Amino acid sequence: MPKFEHIKKVLVIGSGPIVIGQAAEFDYAGTQACLALKEEGVEVVLVNNNPATIMTDHEIADRIYMEPLTVASLSRIIEKERPDGILPTLGGQTGLNLAVSLSDAGVLDKYDVILLGTPLETIRNAEDREAFKSMMQKIGEPVPESQTVNTVKDALEFADSIGYPVIVRPAYTLGGAGGGIAADAGELLAVAKRGIDASPIGQILVERSVKGWKEIEYEVMRDAGDTCIIVCNMENMDPVGIHTGDSIVVAPSQTLNDRQYQMLRSAACKVIRSLGVVGGCNIQYALDPESDQYYLIEVNPRVSRSSALASKATGYPIARIAAKLALGYHLDEVTNPVTGHTYASFEPAIDYVVAKIPRWPFDKFPLADRRLTTQMKATGEVMALARNLEAALLKAVRSLEIGADHLWLPHLSSLSHEHLKKGLVDATDERLFLLAEVFRRGWRVADIHGLTEIDPFFLQKIARIVELEQALATYTWEDVPRELLTEAKQRGFSDAWLARSFSVSEHEVRSRWREWNRAPAYKLVDTCAAEFDAETPYYYSTWQGLDEVEVSQAGKKVLVIGSGPIRIGQGVEFDYCSVHAAQSLKRNGVEAVVVNNNPETVSTDFETADQLYFEPLTAEDVIHIADKEKVDGVMVQFGGQTAINLAAALADAGLHLYGTPLVSIDRVEDRDLFYQMLRELGIPHIAGTGVHTEAEALAAAEEIGYPVLIRPSYVIGGRGMVVLYDEQQLRQYLSELQQWASVEQLFPLLIDKYVAGKEVELDAVCDGEDVLIPGIFEHVERAGVHSGDSTAVFPSPSLSDSHKQMIADYTRKIVRELGAVGLINIQWVWDQQADVIYVLEVNPRASRTVPIVSKITGIPMVDLAVQCQLGRSLRNLMMEFEGGPEAEGAVGTVGYEDTLGLMPDIPYYAVKAPVFSTVKLNGVDPALGPEMKSTGESLGLGLTVEEAMSKALHWKEDVNPPLQKGDAIFLSLSDGDKADGEEIVSHIKVLELEVSATKGTAAWLEQQGVEVQRIIHDVEELRQWISEYPEKPPLQMMCITPTRGNDAKRAGFALRQLSLQYQITCFTALDTVKAFLGLSAAAAGIAEVGGTTGAREPQPRELMEYGRLAEKNREKEGAHI
Amino acid sequence: MKKEKANGYLLLSTGDVFEGKWFGAPPTGEAVEGEMVFNTGMTGYQEVMTDPSYAGQIVTFTYPLIGNYGISDLDFESVRPALHGIIISELCEEPSHFQAQTSLSELAEQFGISGLYDIDTRALTRLIRQHGELYGKITIDPQEAERCKVDGGFEAKWRTDCVASVSGRVIQTFEPASVGSADAGAVAVDVPHVVLIDFGHKKSICDALLQEGCRVTIVPYDTTAEQIEDLAPDGIVLSNGPGDPKDVSFVLPTIQALADHYPMFGICLGHQLIALAHGCDTVRLPFGHRGSNHPVKEVASGKVYITSQNHGYTVHEDSVPPQEWVVSHRNVNDGSVEGIEHRIKPVSGVQFHPEAHPGPQDTHHLFKRFITQCMSTGEKSYA
Repeated sequence: MPKFEHIKKVLVIGSGPIVIGQAAEFDYAGTQACLALKEEGVEVVLVNNNPATIMTDHEIADRIYMEPLTVASLSRIIEKERPDGILPTLGGQTGLNLAVSLSDAGVLDKYDVILLGTPLETIRNAEDREAFKSMMQKIGEPVPESQTVNTVKDALEFADSIGYPVIVRPAYTLGGAGGGIAADAGELLAVAKRGIDASPIGQILVERSVKGWKEIEYEVMRDAGDTCIIVCNMENMDPVGIHTGDSIVVAPSQTLNDRQYQMLRSAACKVIRSLGVVGGCNIQYALDPESDQYYLIEVNPRVSRSSALASKATGYPIARIAAKLALGYHLDEVTNPVTGHTYASFEPAIDYVVAKIPRWPFDKFPLADRRLTTQMKATGEVMALARNLEAALLKAVRSLEIGADHLWLPHLSSLSHEHLKKGLVDATDERLFLLAEVFRRGWRVADIHGLTEIDPFFLQKIARIVELEQALATYTWEDVPRELLTEAKQRGFSDAWLARSFSVSEHEVRSRWREWNRAPAYKLVDTCAAEFDAETPYYYSTWQGLDEVEVSQAGKKVLVIGSGPIRIGQGVEFDYCSVHAAQSLKRNGVEAVVVNNNPETVSTDFETADQLYFEPLTAEDVIHIADKEKVDGVMVQFGGQTAINLAAALADAGLHLYGTPLVSIDRVEDRDLFYQMLRELGIPHIAGTGVHTEAEALAAAEEIGYPVLIRPSYVIGGRGMVVLYDEQQLRQYLSELQQWASVEQLFPLLIDKYVAGKEVELDAVCDGEDVLIPGIFEHVERAGVHSGDSTAVFPSPSLSDSHKQMIADYTRKIVRELGAVGLINIQWVWDQQADVIYVLEVNPRASRTVPIVSKITGIPMVDLAVQCQLGRSLRNLMMEFEGGPEAEGAVGTVGYEDTLGLMPDIPYYAVKAPVFSTVKLNGVDPALGPEMKSTGESLGLGLTVEEAMSKALHWKEDVNPPLQKGDAIFLSLSDGDKADGEEIVSHIKVLELEVSATKGTAAWLEQQGVEVQRIIHDVEELRQWISEYPEKPPLQMMCITPTRGNDAKRAGFALRQLSLQYQITCFTALDTVKAFLGLSAAAAGIAEVGGTTGAREPQPRELMEYGRLAEKNREKEGAHI
Repeated sequence: MKKEKANGYLLLSTGDVFEGKWFGAPPTGEAVEGEMVFNTGMTGYQEVMTDPSYAGQIVTFTYPLIGNYGISDLDFESVRPALHGIIISELCEEPSHFQAQTSLSELAEQFGISGLYDIDTRALTRLIRQHGELYGKITIDPQEAERCKVDGGFEAKWRTDCVASVSGRVIQTFEPASVGSADAGAVAVDVPHVVLIDFGHKKSICDALLQEGCRVTIVPYDTTAEQIEDLAPDGIVLSNGPGDPKDVSFVLPTIQALADHYPMFGICLGHQLIALAHGCDTVRLPFGHRGSNHPVKEVASGKVYITSQNHGYTVHEDSVPPQEWVVSHRNVNDGSVEGIEHRIKPVSGVQFHPEAHPGPQDTHHLFKRFITQCMSTGEKSYA
């Protein structure tokens, strides 16, 4: 059947900023789908305000709106663009929900926009528990029985009717707090009562518990001709009870026999048919380990994290095919791009084992509740492929970058028996490691199975790893038999672990392989288990069997190191950089080899690079690939800190590093060397030093003077960083850190003077001599808030020309001194009182802001950086670039005389705002500080700072909506913030806000002439008050700034937790709330005056329009902006 | 730790040799030979091992972990495996499944099937695909392995006519499941009676017919048309079976005779025999279709079904007489004939396995259609 000829223009909704549960997988899916639509001649209009994505590149969509994902914004875009269809299935739940809202608002009908892919009713029904239940009952597919009740008696009655065990979920509690499982009526009595008490509306859901059952997922596709296929099934190693996003998942299923596999396959086809989905759908089952009984536990009628995993696990590009199906194609009309000569209407057969392990943020949040539940907590994941499960697991473990190169964490060996037992029952992120530990202590499979309900099949694999360890331990490096060592490699043991356990160096281990002429073999991911010829350049390593990958030897070849799993501090922006690096290499006639292990990303789409290796990012694995491919060198600047951290080991292995030399990387990462360099260059730096003992730390802090900023060296995203105000706080901090790290790991620590100035930041391209700075970001929050968590404005509105010039000069000096080639990121603090600009930090690599700068200035930073690294001069490149056709779709490129140095400001503004997932992480304080906490970022663009900022803050329907006149707010400000609170007071007055406050803050407000409606004496009082309004909280905003020292035990922490629980807008930094109140005041003011002033409600505009509009404004004003 | 396994060798007619670990039949020194084939299913090893169509072949499983869920009484497709050997990457000796009664290696041992594991099955599969027709020999003799390498192969003693060895020798009748369970020993009246001609049938074909409420009589492959007519069937099903359909061409007249009087449905080899009986030709595929993921397009509806397949030969499309026959199904990947239907008579055949086991149940409706044909055109009349 031909495609729908009448669909010529399609609106695609992206998923927006990355939050837990909605991460890079939607960039991968969206990018694939947009390209697939364009391939069909469809004009693609994209709305996505996540600036760190590939999908918002101008090559991917025809018209790009980096605009808020709200009904108001989308309605205007639809009105303007008049798309024929809308494809909401690529933007996660955000996309689906927006589509429903647009339909409810009548927008789709009004402009005659067809919903493609998934019918509206299905979107609604999949989200509404009751509707879904009745729909599945109609087709005879079982869903766990459940009922909402308000009394313990009703709970007991219902449980009696369905049988035990049951699970109790209280309504409206944070992370399901107060819920639990009851095995019998006696237990339910207690659990139900607790749940009803915990729920602010006294309501609980009682549901049949299938905890401990096998959790199995199917990825189904269906076309408009009703053909259904299964792309992949997957089995969660962790049984039902832990969110699949937090579970270790293997593909294909390992413990289902063919009858069970086919039973669930048939059910999946039945379900997708009844839902009427055209495209992809994820279906999750609970399967009784002791019978063939099963329940449907979740259906996602869209592409998902699991579909991305299934795509990477099999090679089958689900999102791409789903987009084609949405246009009316049938599966047998779409070719399978992996083989190139078979069709999409088949089911991939895989001939390897896939393991996915989630990446959790607990390394950043030592106080968080680490227990894994039905609320997902992971920020990202890694995937590994191997010919056996042990190797897949061990490869995945070392891909996690949590300091583990094996199923071994040092602190577990000291845990007591009882501790271990508890850890097995109440799973945390460490359970996988605990399993190995208990096998080391001789526990039996049956006992462990009893505690964890993990299938013995998986436990045996872990037991086998431990057996092998123990067999190795009976030998020394000199006499260990070749067969045993080979088996260890075949089972995925790392060189690093072998080296440690035999007390030799990794070098010695590697020379043994060379001596034996052994190296890993590489095999193809081909969707068909070698049944057909395939030329997909998608490989994994194994020490079992023959190498089938032929390496081309024509021309230059460069290895690009990816950035691994998404984690706080290293997000999708580094994937953007890796992808652009690969593309740039290809454009420049260089073969691009990419290595990465993140299944969610565009970089691991086999169409991105010339050769893709899906492998851990450790020295061992990367060196083998470099040897195999005989690359000319390696690029380490684009994969974040992961790649930079490998630089030394790779250089040591004799590999050529492109770009900034290793010695210069060390000079900026070693604080002493760094400060020494700055002093030589005459560039001001903040007083600070590195210390190696606690005594040194105390002495140094004394000398520098409090407050001080402290951080461990070689950090990602500021882990462990904190501002301390006196000696006592410093002592406490050091003792706390020692709980998490050994003394060797802890030191050296860096101690700097804390300067509460304005932070500015820049990214530059450099060739060792010249430098190109597309602009400077200015942070809204003063120094002390991690740059990743700050709201930032581009270009900087406050810096004077002379300041900017000074920054540009310093940058050039640093670049020349370092011989930096490629990208460099420099963070500064401007002490406004002393009028000094200090260098805070130099990162010799791509940064979080590179994609934003590239998109809004039109300067292809990564492309230029790659070319510089390949040896071209920036001067020449810029000459070509200026003369290029329409400057690559640039929006902000304007003519400027000198093509190098600091570019003139773009004539409009971009604001980047952090987006947090703290609501999903029990025990984490959302207060801003030097530790990064955000998982994503939103971008707002505007002709004024206000317009841009309002879009960045109010990026989604219910997030940070501007306050209306007379709204109610709650304030709790620290003493330091009160002193600086004038602006807030005036905004409160203008907006006539009803204020409640803590006692101290209330007193201060009264002094300032603000009437305080309600004084809150403690957390319980506030909780009581809020819970009196179950429908809608009585507060529209809370601002609770942290006390100095940031102690979680204090009231501020509990207050902020309340805001999370009741989903009330909450600010924790004075500068952010000032900006927010300012915007609200402006918006409220306008509404009253009727829009006669120059300012307006934020207008969505296509990316290119900003440049044009700004140009027009400039002409009108006849002046240079 | 586990007991040490002996080394074994897989010798190929190309001279390639794979070394692995021996399991199954006692390693007596007696080498087994067979045609090398691979199956790409990720589940269903037990059904594959007991599918008589694999008679005489050495089957390689492309999925590397085999034996995970053990062996269950419920999943035998025949009483005893007919294949000659099994090649596996990793053999699971400690299966985990509530229905597992024994392990795969115990099954192989019990029936004297030779197997090797720790083999790079992907490399082997690539060889089979490249060479198309490939023969193998499993031995424990390292010298023989050396000789094979030096000689560049070995003399294969391979024969395709395995039907006789896997077809049942007696006529057996089964009552539909519902009747049997309600009243043991009762004979159902007024249910369609299907004769299943056994060329090495999979038990699931019989089960599928019983499940649809038929009485099924299984007859040996060399039963004459007259004997079958005496059974007074409402329809005839020709089963799957091993090898080249031309090796059993003596049955073609029987098929011709029956096809004029009864609704007839052929599966796999049965389908090829219907085709041959009506003037079509069959040819050998380069390396066969064996797995659970083969897309087949129903020509009339345009709908694609994922099917279970196991065949090395196929009906040559150009030989199908267009006046009388239509090609009802085609393979989406290589366009080969997957089903034929007579334009007038209720006679049809499919190359794939609608009975599944292993594989998807997508085409089970073909049994229902056949039974409808039996009920409307059979010798009995149904109200």
